[in-house]
Amino acid sequence: MSVLVNIPARSPIASQISENNTVALEVRNVIKTFATDTGSINAVDDVSFSVRQGEFVALVGPSGSGKTTMLSILAALLTPTSGQVLIDGQDLAKMNEVQRVRLRREKIGFTFQSNNLIPFLNAVENVELMLRLNNRLDKAGRVRSAELLARLGLGDRLRNLPNQMSGGQQQRVAIARALIHSPTVVLADEPTASLDTERAFQVVQTFAALIHENNRAGIMVTHDLRMCEYVDRVLQMRDGKLVRVYETREEILALARGGEH
Amino acid sequence: MGLAFYLAFKEIWRNKGRFFLVSLVIALITLLVLFIAALGEGLGTNNREYISKLDGQLVVFLEKSDYIISASRLRQATLRTVRRVEGVDDAGPVSTSSTAILLPPGSDNEVLKVSLLGVEAGRPGFPQLTAGRSFLSATAREVIVDQRVLDRSEIRIGDTITIRSTQGVEDEFFDLKVVGTTTGQAFFFQPAIFVAPSVWEKVRPKSDAELSNTVPAINIIVVRLKDPAQAEQVQANLLNAIKNIEVADIQTTINNIPGYTAQQGTVQTQGGFTLLIGILVIGGFFQIQILQKVPQIGVLKAIGASNPVVGLAAVIQISLVTAFGVAIGGGLTWLFSLGFPPTVPLFFNGTASALALAALLLIGPLGGLVSVIYAVRIEPLKALRLS
Repeated sequence: MSVLVNIPARSPIASQISENNTVALEVRNVIKTFATDTGSINAVDDVSFSVRQGEFVALVGPSGSGKTTMLSILAALLTPTSGQVLIDGQDLAKMNEVQRVRLRREKIGFTFQSNNLIPFLNAVENVELMLRLNNRLDKAGRVRSAELLARLGLGDRLRNLPNQMSGGQQQRVAIARALIHSPTVVLADEPTASLDTERAFQVVQTFAALIHENNRAGIMVTHDLRMCEYVDRVLQMRDGKLVRVYETREEILALARGGEH
Repeated sequence: MGLAFYLAFKEIWRNKGRFFLVSLVIALITLLVLFIAALGEGLGTNNREYISKLDGQLVVFLEKSDYIISASRLRQATLRTVRRVEGVDDAGPVSTSSTAILLPPGSDNEVLKVSLLGVEAGRPGFPQLTAGRSFLSATAREVIVDQRVLDRSEIRIGDTITIRSTQGVEDEFFDLKVVGTTTGQAFFFQPAIFVAPSVWEKVRPKSDAELSNTVPAINIIVVRLKDPAQAEQVQANLLNAIKNIEVADIQTTINNIPGYTAQQGTVQTQGGFTLLIGILVIGGFFQIQILQKVPQIGVLKAIGASNPVVGLAAVIQISLVTAFGVAIGGGLTWLFSLGFPPTVPLFFNGTASALALAALLLIGPLGGLVSVIYAVRIEPLKALRLS
């Protein structure tokens, strides 16, 4: 397995996250209820947790456990039925739609499972798009975008359109786009779902390294427990509830080596 | 605005082939609409041109002629009375008929069909000369011809033309000397030639019963007013002073030219339906495109693009593609029009063409309206596979 960027030694990662690091994201007693034909169902049921700057957290669970709904709430795409979500201390529930859109482009970085990139923009344009959205694209921004892509091993792919890149390369462009505007929180929705195992490890390893290096709060939804090897904490959900948190290195590695759900 | 334009332009630029094909469809619609507009204008002009340029404000017809020129017959006495009515500055007779100019051997056609109009020199109804002079006398065998006659023949000022005129059941031929030219004087789809009333009576085609006539028959009397703003008052004065007449303004006279209103209505309906088809075609294309782009738009919204940016990008994209298509279509229309013979009545009137172009530029945004609304309503959750 080749290494794409200089990754810090893995083992001490968890201990690097100081207790003094600011809480970037806080979830307090969040409930999300959906109406169904037979009544209602709590897709997220009284979930609370927080993520500090520089911390990379995995949200795992089987299909239907509520992890994607949770991610949507964290991304200000869904409003919780009750409870609070605070990003940089700002309560999402108190925001109107315009404020939520602004929060998404300023404070949140995104990578998705598929259809990640804008197909008619090349690699560097896709990354610069976040700066354009924030009215922050200048000469320095262009240089940083190209440098970030180069660091991700895509220096020779800057002008390539998404359909001229492999799935792994596209995910790395998406990672660069998620980080270029220095967001508070970086959210990744099944970033390895469409990749082969080797590419998947490379992508998550790269992602983790950049989250730590840039001191961002990262949350990755995944069904592939092997990818948890690179995270600092694992939140396990089942039936909408947060059923277990894996915090020690030993617990996380044991979970990761257990394989897929 | 800047971001919306950037997204719209980049997508077009990176998918040039696809968008060019859509522009070509718009270009073909443009070609069709402009040709229909030009044809409508050409047919209308050829029908009404002489009447629309009359040096007068009112037209006197025989009562119950329903403002149809060919159905109206007026006496010389009526003309004299009209000139004496209060508010009338001057009045001139117009007599209409149709004849054929014999063309020299070797020409494309044997004859050139023309409208033969009898008018008094210097009176309302007499055309504005572009070259040459007026008739020397009321009986001089002289003629003033429309520029189209010169365009379609070798005839020039100073030439003598021969017209063929059926007198009873026999064809007779009359020589007329061309002394002047005028321009834009088509009447009833034919270029007009003008002679003095007494000459007109002599040379016009006649039935057996009319052969002994010597007094020119008048179809209509064109009335020039001292004060055009008093048209309604003078119209009432005319109707009070003279029995057995009806009076119309120029527009009413045009609208009652046989077939004119029906013809214009048909052409305008064709143009309208072509625009409607354009709206549906463009609407369908952009709707399909938006449906294919749902995940992409979801991603854009999820990463913080606002609804105005997404909506505006769609509008700009549709407008750019439409404008490009209309420009190609306009160019193609111009190129095709160069190859049409002068007998095809295509008139590219500035106002009519500008209106058609404006309508064409609107069909894109109108057709794409549904897809723009659809794009704005796409939930960013689509990016996360949730709906």
